[in-house]
Amino acid sequence: MERLTEFGWRLLPFVVVIALWYGVRWSGLVDQGLLPPPHLVFADIWQRSVEGTFLIDIWMSVRRVLLGLLFGMLLAVPVGFLIGWDKRIRRFVDPLINFFRALPPIALIPLAIVYLGIGEVAKVAILFYAAFFSGVIVMYEGMSQTNPLFIRVSRTLGATDWEVFSKIIVPLTLPHVLTATRVALGVAWATLVASELVAAQNGIGAVIQNASAFFNLTTIYAGIITIGFFALMMDTILRWASRQFLDWQEREAQ
Amino acid sequence: MNGESAVRMQNETGTDHEVKVRFQNVSKHYGDVEVVHDVSFDIREGDFVSLVGPSGCGKTTMMNMLAGFVKPNSGEVLLEGKPVEGPGPDRGVMFQEYGVFPWLTVEKNIRFGLDLAIKRHIPKDERRQITEKYMNLMRLSDFRNAWPKNLSGGMRQRLALARAYAANPHFLLMDEPFGALDAQTRSDMHELLHQILQAERKTALLITHSVDEAIYLSSRVIVISARPSRIVESIDIPFGFPRDKSLLDSREFIDLRIHLREQVMKQYAEQQALR
Repeated sequence: MERLTEFGWRLLPFVVVIALWYGVRWSGLVDQGLLPPPHLVFADIWQRSVEGTFLIDIWMSVRRVLLGLLFGMLLAVPVGFLIGWDKRIRRFVDPLINFFRALPPIALIPLAIVYLGIGEVAKVAILFYAAFFSGVIVMYEGMSQTNPLFIRVSRTLGATDWEVFSKIIVPLTLPHVLTATRVALGVAWATLVASELVAAQNGIGAVIQNASAFFNLTTIYAGIITIGFFALMMDTILRWASRQFLDWQEREAQ
Repeated sequence: MNGESAVRMQNETGTDHEVKVRFQNVSKHYGDVEVVHDVSFDIREGDFVSLVGPSGCGKTTMMNMLAGFVKPNSGEVLLEGKPVEGPGPDRGVMFQEYGVFPWLTVEKNIRFGLDLAIKRHIPKDERRQITEKYMNLMRLSDFRNAWPKNLSGGMRQRLALARAYAANPHFLLMDEPFGALDAQTRSDMHELLHQILQAERKTALLITHSVDEAIYLSSRVIVISARPSRIVESIDIPFGFPRDKSLLDSREFIDLRIHLREQVMKQYAEQQALR
C-alpha cells in the first residue's frame, strides 16, 4: 500500500503535465494543428511499437548509449582513479581534461562523420567521448577527496598492498563510479539524440528527424517522450543500484 | 600464538620490564619547521605511557614515528631493538577521528584485521569467536549489523578499540582517541579501557591534552614542550592497577594533577607565543 502511494506520488507530476497539455490544446492559445493531443501521441507510440520498426529504433538507440557508456566508463574509472591518486599525473592531465570536457561532444559530430562515416562506430565513438569526459571528472574529484586515514588504519592491521587496494580503495571508489556513471548517462543520451538527428538511418533520433521532414508532429512528440522515458528508466535503475550498494553512506551523499 | 607467548613469558621472568620501545635522540622536521628535537625515552613491557603537551607541539608526529607512518630525520625509533620500518599489526592504532570503515557493518569492522592474509592461519571459527568476544566486551553486540553512520561517537571509538584488540597487537597507540567525546562518554571510555587492559595487558602509548586522563590511565606521564617537542618531565605514576574513579578525588592524585597542569600550562603559554 505504502509502495503504491509512493508510486502514485511519482506519477502525479506527469499526470499534471499531461493535463496541462490538454488544457493548452483546448484553450485555443495554440493552433490545434501544431499541438497533437497526448492520446494520439501515445497511440502513435503504441502503433509503431506493434509494427515493430520502432522497437528496433529504440533498441539501436539504447544499444548505442549502453556501448558508449560502457567503453567510456571502462576508461574513465581507471583514468579518473589514477589522476585522483597521483598529483603529478593530475597536474599534467587536468588542463587537457578540462579543455575536452568543456568542448561539447556535439561539436565533434562532423569530425566523426568525416573520419568514421555515419555508421555505428562513429556514433559509439562520440558517445564514448561524451561518457568518458563527463565520467572521468566526477571520478577524480571524488577520488582526490579520499581520506587517507582508512588506508593508515588498514596498514596498522597488517593489510598488504593488494588488500589496501581491494578492501579499502575499491569500496571507497564505488560511490564515485556510480555517480560518474549517472552523470555520463545523462550526457550520453543528450549526445546520442544529437548525433542521430544529424546522420542516422535508425534510432529514435532518426525517427524524429524523418517525422520532422514530413511535419509529423505526433511522431516527433512520440519520439521525444520515448527518449525521456528510457533515459529516466536507466537513471532510476542506477539510483536503485546506488541505494542497494551504498546504504552505508551518509545521506547527504545521495 | 598463546603457547608461544606463554613460553616467552616464562623465559622472561625477571626481565618483565624489558625495553620494548626506545626513542633514541629522535628529531624530525617538516621543511624548516622542527617539530621534534632530540627526544629520548623508553617504553617497557606493559607500560602505559602518556605524552601530554600543547596541541601542535609534535606529539602526534612522535606517535606516527612509532606507528611507522613517519620516519625521523635523525636518531632512531627502535621497536624491540630494531628500527621501525613501517606500520604493522603488532602496533594497533586508535585515531581521534575513529577511522572505522563506513562501508562495513560493526561486526565486519571488528573482523577486518582478522580476515587479512596475515591472520588467515587462524581457523575461521576462532576468528568468529574473537570477533564476538570483543564485540561483547565493547557492548556492541546489539549493533552488529549497524552501519557506523548510525553510531554515536562513543560507540565508534569502542568499535575502533574492539577492532584494534581483535587483531591482537602487542602495542596500543592512541592519538587523542577521546578528544572528540563529551565528558561523560569520555569517562566511560576510560573505565572500559581500564577493564580491557586489565583483561589483556598491552604496552600502550597515549597522546592527550588532558592531564587528568593521562594520570588516570598511565603508569608514566611525559610532559612534552612547545614546538619543537622536547621532554620537559617524565613522572612515574605511583598508583597501581586496577584503578577506579575514587582515585580522582585522592590527595595524591590532586597533587600530581596540580603539578603536571602547571608544567603543561607553561608549555601552552610558550606554544601560544610561537604563533
